[in-house]
Amino acid sequence: MLARTLLRVPSRAIARQSLGKSTRASSTAAGVDAASSPFYLTLTASLATAAAAGSAAWYYHLYGQEAFAMTPAEEGLHPTQYPWVHQRFNKTFDHAALRRGFQVYREVCASCHSLTRVPWRSFVGVMHTVDEMKAMAEENEYDTEPNDQGEIEKRPGKLSDYIPAPYKNDEAARASNGGALPPDLSLIIKGRHGGCNYVFNLLTGYPDEAPAGAAVAEGMNFNPYFPGTGIAMGRVLFDGVVEYEDGTPATTSQMAKDVTEFLNWAAEPEMDDRKKMGVKAIALLTGLFAISVWVKRYKWAPIKSRKVVYSPPIGPRR
Amino acid sequence: MPISNAIYTSLFRKNAVYLTAIFASAFAFEMSFDTASNKIWDSWNAGRQWKDIKPRYLVKDEEEDDD
Repeated sequence: MLARTLLRVPSRAIARQSLGKSTRASSTAAGVDAASSPFYLTLTASLATAAAAGSAAWYYHLYGQEAFAMTPAEEGLHPTQYPWVHQRFNKTFDHAALRRGFQVYREVCASCHSLTRVPWRSFVGVMHTVDEMKAMAEENEYDTEPNDQGEIEKRPGKLSDYIPAPYKNDEAARASNGGALPPDLSLIIKGRHGGCNYVFNLLTGYPDEAPAGAAVAEGMNFNPYFPGTGIAMGRVLFDGVVEYEDGTPATTSQMAKDVTEFLNWAAEPEMDDRKKMGVKAIALLTGLFAISVWVKRYKWAPIKSRKVVYSPPIGPRR
Repeated sequence: MPISNAIYTSLFRKNAVYLTAIFASAFAFEMSFDTASNKIWDSWNAGRQWKDIKPRYLVKDEEEDDD
């Protein structure tokens, strides 16, 4: 007890002292107080600040920075943005371009790339007539159901069949392409970052020769837009590779644009109807919203414009 | 209140008439809205849709049939 009181008294005295000092410092001169502050206090504060700032910087250095697992070359060049008309909210696919793009696919891409999720029937009424598609399907052979002897025979294709793949399986595709698997193109626009822009840039982005210093492996081609820049597919679209039936000049960029739009259709065959439904829904919902606003104002008008008055009861006076 | 009276006697008085009016107007609105919006859509996409390019290929087929 005694020790405590003894201890307490000096601490109070110090508190009083410091209080008096601080009031005096603020009321008289700051210079006097700064000069009188002990060196060890300044040193401790400086060290604490330095330690805090240093540990924060060290922590940021360790964990705060963005981590890039790949070099820019491995990411690939970002594709140039193009103003695709069919990607506007109120535009359908250009079906003449789809028809040209399908021609490019059949004559150029189909030798390596499959389109296995698209049946022949889906072209009818989109870019071809029924008779054209039936003829095109019949050019291909498909397995029949097993007959009475259990033999599987061949039959010409029907509209309900899917487009046959150029290779029997992925291993055969790899074997014929130097170990590289040509991806299925049914959903390629949805399956690649950049979508249409990426595919168009990839198809048209082959330089005549690899830039100086670029390492291109044996059997590979240089394409800056392909992640890693080394792509097994060579440039396939050259001016005049395809002869369009509607007389459109078959330049490289025209063919690339058409086939890109066609692949976008393959990935999103429902796009035309979806956008039309969306426009209709927005129109209807706008009208309904306007009506609901009117109804709200109609119902609330008497409530908002009323005046509540308190009239005290008139009683007998006391 | 002659107009509201007329509406009341012609529409809301009998439930059968009221219901029929609702259904009929729903059908009428659906048809007119669809027709109008399809027309606007087709004008936005003139020359882009299959029905715009279909004649080219149908004519060719008929010529082939004639041969």
